Amino acid sequence: MDKKIYKNPIFVSNPITVLVLGICSALAVTVKMGPALVMALSVTVVTGFSNFIVSMIRKTIPNRIRIIVQLVVVAMFVILIDQILKAFAYDISKQLSVYIGLIITNCIIMGRIEAFGLGHKPIPSLIDGLANGFGYGIILVVVAFFRELLGSGTLFGVQIIPLSWYVKNGGFYENNGLFILPPMALILLGVIVWVQRSIQKELQEKK
Amino acid sequence: MQDILNIFVKSIFVDNMVFAYFLGMCSFLAVSKSVKTATGLGIAVTLVLTITLPVNYLLNKYVLSAGALKWLGAGFANVDLSFLSFIIFIAVIAAIVQIVEMIVEKYSPSLYNSLGIYLPLIAVNCAILGGSLFMQQKEFADVGLATTYALGSGLGWFLAIISLAAIREKLAYSHVPAPLRGIGITFIITGLMGIAFMSFMGISW
Repeated sequence: MDKKIYKNPIFVSNPITVLVLGICSALAVTVKMGPALVMALSVTVVTGFSNFIVSMIRKTIPNRIRIIVQLVVVAMFVILIDQILKAFAYDISKQLSVYIGLIITNCIIMGRIEAFGLGHKPIPSLIDGLANGFGYGIILVVVAFFRELLGSGTLFGVQIIPLSWYVKNGGFYENNGLFILPPMALILLGVIVWVQRSIQKELQEKK
Repeated sequence: MQDILNIFVKSIFVDNMVFAYFLGMCSFLAVSKSVKTATGLGIAVTLVLTITLPVNYLLNKYVLSAGALKWLGAGFANVDLSFLSFIIFIAVIAAIVQIVEMIVEKYSPSLYNSLGIYLPLIAVNCAILGGSLFMQQKEFADVGLATTYALGSGLGWFLAIISLAAIREKLAYSHVPAPLRGIGITFIITGLMGIAFMSFMGISW
């Protein structure tokens, strides 16, 4: 099988930093590592399997109503994930609130179904979906890493910055509150794009 | 009256769809290259949001939420269909977008020519579904408040995309480092605009 299917989405054509898809529900869940990881996993599963299912029925879907059919398939997986999270990880489900539902309208999923699932066999579609979900997940986790470390001094809820460093304990350190607020996620993403495009010069836009 | 005004102002500035919740980011970033196209998409989003949200509100209140089917008889009082809300909301949105597209095409061809290409995009715009999901969470008292919230959120989105488009048009004359050109600088500008919008946080009646 063509190695590009699973290698490209992770770095060369990363859904977030290169294709600019799926930012909608991504950034709001990156304040802490835990929810970000759950979100990344959920999106990977939904993208992979809905791509797989749509690819299996691609020859029977009438072209005019394909968007509705795709939405129904995606919505089914999202409902499953939502119910599973509510049953087994209620706290995280509460923290993610509406953003689990918003996976339905995550552009990565519809984008991959339209661009890949509708024209390829089920197994490559499954791999393409999983790889794109993974590429998305990596960015999510990187952003969450910096936001949680610099904003709260913790990772996965475990204190990383020594408590004795803090000003209130007589030290010199203070958490940067700005990192917890939404705008910082966008600025971090801008910086990630900056770093990536400095390394991969072919991605830079011509003036 | 105070409630309505409060929700309206809050949904435009404080709970701005773009800057506070990152909703509708994909089309926000993709269509903000010129003020003209941004205006078209902004109007379309406001319109669709104001139509779909009250419909979803009524569906949620009388069909989907726990015990909502009581009006059918005592036997239905314990039915909870809320797990179906994602699929119902997205179906309603997709259907209404289709209907709006057909009506606009029939009665106002000139408007259709300027809005037409954006309407199909809107069915998968997270701002629309997000509006409905937030409505479900906020539990508005009546349909008027829900409509106000929809109109306010739509206008907030409109305001955000027009301002970004205006900034990006001016940006064509500035010297941006090569790796940041295009999407990178747009992310950072949106972030800075978000910080500016945070100054509205204190507003409330």
